[in-house]
Amino acid sequence: MSRARGRATTAPPWPVAVPATLAVLFLALPLVGLLVRAPWGRLWEVLTSPTSLSALRLSLVTGAASTAIALVLGVPLAWWMARSAMRGRSFLRALVTVPLVLPPVVGGIALLLAFGRRGVVGQYLWDWFGVQLPFSTPGVVVAQVFVAMPFLIITVEGALRGLDGRLEEAASTLGAGRLQVFRQVTLPLVAPSLIAGTVLTFARALGEFGATITFAGNLEGVTQTLPLAVYTGLEGDPAEAVVLSLLLLAVSVLVLVALRDRWLRTGASA
Amino acid sequence: MRSRLATAAVLVAAAIGLAACGGSTSGAPTTSAPAGPTGSITVFAAASLTESFTEIGKQFEAANPGTKVVFNFGPSSGLATQITEKAPADVFASASTKTMQTVVDAGDAAGPSTFAVNTMIIATPAEPSEAVTSLQDLTNPDVKTAVCAADVPCGVAADALFEKNKLAVTPVTREVDVKAVLSKVQLGEVDAGIVYVTDVKGSGGAVNGIEIPADENVTTDYPIATLTGSANSVTAQAFVDFVLSAAGQKVLADAGFSAP
Repeated sequence: MSRARGRATTAPPWPVAVPATLAVLFLALPLVGLLVRAPWGRLWEVLTSPTSLSALRLSLVTGAASTAIALVLGVPLAWWMARSAMRGRSFLRALVTVPLVLPPVVGGIALLLAFGRRGVVGQYLWDWFGVQLPFSTPGVVVAQVFVAMPFLIITVEGALRGLDGRLEEAASTLGAGRLQVFRQVTLPLVAPSLIAGTVLTFARALGEFGATITFAGNLEGVTQTLPLAVYTGLEGDPAEAVVLSLLLLAVSVLVLVALRDRWLRTGASA
Repeated sequence: MRSRLATAAVLVAAAIGLAACGGSTSGAPTTSAPAGPTGSITVFAAASLTESFTEIGKQFEAANPGTKVVFNFGPSSGLATQITEKAPADVFASASTKTMQTVVDAGDAAGPSTFAVNTMIIATPAEPSEAVTSLQDLTNPDVKTAVCAADVPCGVAADALFEKNKLAVTPVTREVDVKAVLSKVQLGEVDAGIVYVTDVKGSGGAVNGIEIPADENVTTDYPIATLTGSANSVTAQAFVDFVLSAAGQKVLADAGFSAP
């Protein structure tokens, strides 16, 4: 039925354009709404308010801390999952994926039951050290790591598994130790994925809402990150919520711009 | 084809959350409006009304066969925002006269009437870690206190409570609605939370309530109104009347509310 031209290229038939356009509109219109309804006249005033500034500062600090922790713990796990021949590997992979698909609120409740003052582990933290993670800035980081670290693990593990093992073998035959091979051969080869995973993890940590408000609570300057400030703002001054949403949107766009090159490069090398 | 379209329509309706079980005739022209209440209405109500309004809704449906009441419970201020953004709602019951006023000012509701009065109470965990016996104890830095956000009615009330008694309380968290405060108390993550009397009563013993003497306490009026955007104003008005009736007032009194 299709013409020769259509068959020659792999262009989809024209009716596909209808749902495809709907999809684009559906994804784009909410963002347009945000831009159209934004109180541009009050932009600067809201952005420089103490609430916004402390939320922005807290988001950047906790987001950076969570990303650092995810790197320190996540990369070794990814390496292990990609290379060890142990039996429980598929189970481990499923476990790592759970926080990706779990509603963050559920994650927050789970964290409370584990690390809260009456939690399975948290009760000892409280009894022995007087440490209570909920309602503290470290609690925010815990929630963010729980939700964001899987992004890093999955990205880096995928890259490690897709790697050409011969390069590492060659380095090994030339006398390099296992850690040296990983540092000087493996890591540079997966660097694009590592960077992409890091940026994704940071972006996810910045956007974290459900687990944070459930586990860490909501207090300006201590646990109220940008998304929490947006939600709290909606209760009092919706215009403030819209401005803070714009700020988060801008950060997301920046992250995507940063990611674009990395992803393209990974795609080319894979 | 027709049935597939119908299926799609049902799915869409369900997804939007408008699916009504009863023989809803929403969108019908008002020219042939039936005399009595019928069809489905959506009631936006403050989180603190969850238990009592669910019960009132059941009684209303039983008293008016063919009606269906769908509830959306949440923080009053958030609900008010949704209403002024033209969310499909027929009745608004708020935990504060101020949020109701913003809806009235936006032209989305008219003639609200106060249907209940609530007072505040200190909720403490069933197994307390710190001894809390009075409002004054909340100034102790070892006592971790949860209150609502400053813009939410229960937070406004908590701040008024502290101010009235000249107490400098530094909460560890400002939750977005009163149920979130209650759950933090219930889980034992905080030693005390400022909630409504009705929340402690409705928790069924999961938290303890430490009463605040009347001369130290503050009260909150709950107004209710039908919304001008309602597609079923007859049933909406009937529901408001039911809340204000003896039957509705009894449910509210049982839940711990005071009469207006």
